[in-house]
Amino acid sequence: MNGATTRRLPGPVRVGLSRAWLETREFARHWESVAFTFALPALILLLFGVIFDGSTGDDISAAEFYLPGLIAMGLMSVSFQNLAISIALERENGTLRRIRGTPMPPSAYFVGKTALVFVLALGQVAVLLAIAVGVYGADLPTDPGAWATMVWVLVLGTISCALLGIAFSSLARSPSTASAIVVVPFLALQFTSGVFVPLTILPGWLVNASSLFPLRWMAQGMRAAFYPDEAAVLEPSGGWDLSTVAAVLGVWCVVGLVLTLATFRWKTSEDG
Amino acid sequence: MASTPPVVEAHGLRKEYDGRAAVDGIDLTIHRGEVFALLGPNGAGKSTAAGILAGFRGRDAGEATVLGADPARAGRRWRSRIGIVWQQETEVPRLTVRAVVRHFAGYYPHPRDVDEVLGLAGLTERADALAHTLSGGQRRRLDVALGIVGRPELLFLDEPTTGFDPRARRDFWRTVRDLAAVGTTVVLTTHYLEEVEALADRVCVIAHGRVRAEGPTDSLGGRMTGQTTVSWLADGEPRSVDTDEPTRVVRRLSDAFRGEVPGLTVHRPTLEDVYLNLIDDSPRETEPKEVAA
Repeated sequence: MNGATTRRLPGPVRVGLSRAWLETREFARHWESVAFTFALPALILLLFGVIFDGSTGDDISAAEFYLPGLIAMGLMSVSFQNLAISIALERENGTLRRIRGTPMPPSAYFVGKTALVFVLALGQVAVLLAIAVGVYGADLPTDPGAWATMVWVLVLGTISCALLGIAFSSLARSPSTASAIVVVPFLALQFTSGVFVPLTILPGWLVNASSLFPLRWMAQGMRAAFYPDEAAVLEPSGGWDLSTVAAVLGVWCVVGLVLTLATFRWKTSEDG
Repeated sequence: MASTPPVVEAHGLRKEYDGRAAVDGIDLTIHRGEVFALLGPNGAGKSTAAGILAGFRGRDAGEATVLGADPARAGRRWRSRIGIVWQQETEVPRLTVRAVVRHFAGYYPHPRDVDEVLGLAGLTERADALAHTLSGGQRRRLDVALGIVGRPELLFLDEPTTGFDPRARRDFWRTVRDLAAVGTTVVLTTHYLEEVEALADRVCVIAHGRVRAEGPTDSLGGRMTGQTTVSWLADGEPRSVDTDEPTRVVRRLSDAFRGEVPGLTVHRPTLEDVYLNLIDDSPRETEPKEVAA
C-alpha cells in the first residue's frame, strides 16, 4: 500500500512552527500590512512627541506620557486588527479552502497565527521603546516588578485581542467590509480607553462602556508598568487596580476562545 | 481491478442550496487507477459533487465511500491520501515557488520530492520565482503541484484548464497522463469535450444535478453502436430518423424511392453531438412510424 497509510502524520507542533515561519516571512513581504498595522503606533508616538512637547507638565515628557497607551494600542493592532482582517482575507482568497483540503492539523493554523502575533507584539514593543528612548530620551523603569507587570499585561492582552480578532474575522462578509468592521470599533476604543485622552476627562458613562473591553485595561496595566507610582492618582479609581486588569483580560481570553470556537469557519458562505 | 474495492462509491448524492438542488441524486463508481471525468455545462452540479467526494462540502442525502471512508467524517489520515486542485483562483504565499511547495510537503506523511513535483507540474524553470508573480497558467501549475505534493492516491481536478491557451492545455494533459501512469486515480470535472476525449477512461455526463449518461469515453451514449441519424428529402421537405440500423433504413428508403434517395445523409454522432443531446432538455423526436414500421 501507499506510504501515506503507514507513515506517521506530521504533528501539530511541527506543522504549526512551519506555518509560523511561513506567516512571519509573508507578513514582512506585505508592505501594506507593515505600514498600516505595524508602523502606525510608532508614527503616532513620533508625532505626539513633537506636537505635545512641554504640554504634559514638568515631571513627564510627551513621549513618556503617550508610550504606555500606544504600546497597548500597538498590541491590539498586531493581534485584533491584524488577525480579523487577514483571516477574513484568507477565507475569501482561498487560502483557508486550500489548507482545509490538506492533512494540516487545524490547530497548526492557530499555532502559526499565535506565533506570528507574538513576534509582531515583541517587535511592536521594541520599536516603540526604541523611539521613546532613542528619539525622546525617555526614562524607562528600572524596577524588575514594572517589567514583570509589562510582560503579563502584554501576554494576557495580546491573547485576548488575538482571539477576539479571529472571532471578528467571521463577522465580515468580505475582506473589504472586514476593514470597516474592525477599524471603526478599534478607533472608538482607542479614544475612549485612555490611549490618546486621559480617562479622567471623559464622561463616566463612556469610561464605563469602554471598561467592558480589553484595551482600557491593557493601557492601564502598561501605565502601571511605565509611570511612576504616584501617577496612580490620575486613574479613575485613584489606583492601578492590577487585579482588575488581570481579571478582565483573563475573562476576555476565555470569552474570546469560546467565540472563536463557536464562529470559526474554513469556508465562505458561497462554498456551502 | 475487480479484486480491489472502488476508490469512490456514491449513491443518491443530494445537495441543496436555498431550496434548489445543485446535486439531485447522483450515483458514481470510480475504480483505482482510472481517469474519471464529470462532464457538464456550467452550473450542472459537477463541482458540487466533486466537493462532496473530496470531503469539502456536506451533503443533504445519499451515501458516499471514498478511499474506504465517508468523506464527510474523514480525518487527517484520509486527507493525506487525496489531493485537490480547486476551480476557484487561490491566493499563494508571497514566497518562492520552491518554498511554497516545500511548505505544503511538510503537511504530508510521505510527500513527493519537491524537485520531482516541480518537474511533474512543469515548474522547474520557475522554481525560484516568487509565487504571486507567476502568470495565470503557471499559477494553475502551482495549484497542481500543491495538489500532488502529498503523493495522493486520489486527485480531484476541478476545471483545471479553464483559461488555458491550447499549448498550456496540452502540457497540462501530459501531466495528468503522467500521474495516471503511476497509478493515481483522477476525478476530473470539466466542460471541455476535447479534454474528456484526451484524458478520461470513463465519463459521466451531468446536467441539472443528475447523471444523464455514464460509460467509457469512446462509447459514451452508445456512440459506437448506437443511434445514427439518416436524413433525406421527401417532396422537398427535410426528413430524418434516428436509428440503430442505418443500413436497413437506407435500404428501405432506396426501395421506397426506387433508386436514388434525394438529399441522403447518414450521420454518426460525434462526442459533441452525444453530449449536446444528453444535456438538452427539449423533447426528442422519435423515429417516424412510417419508416420504422
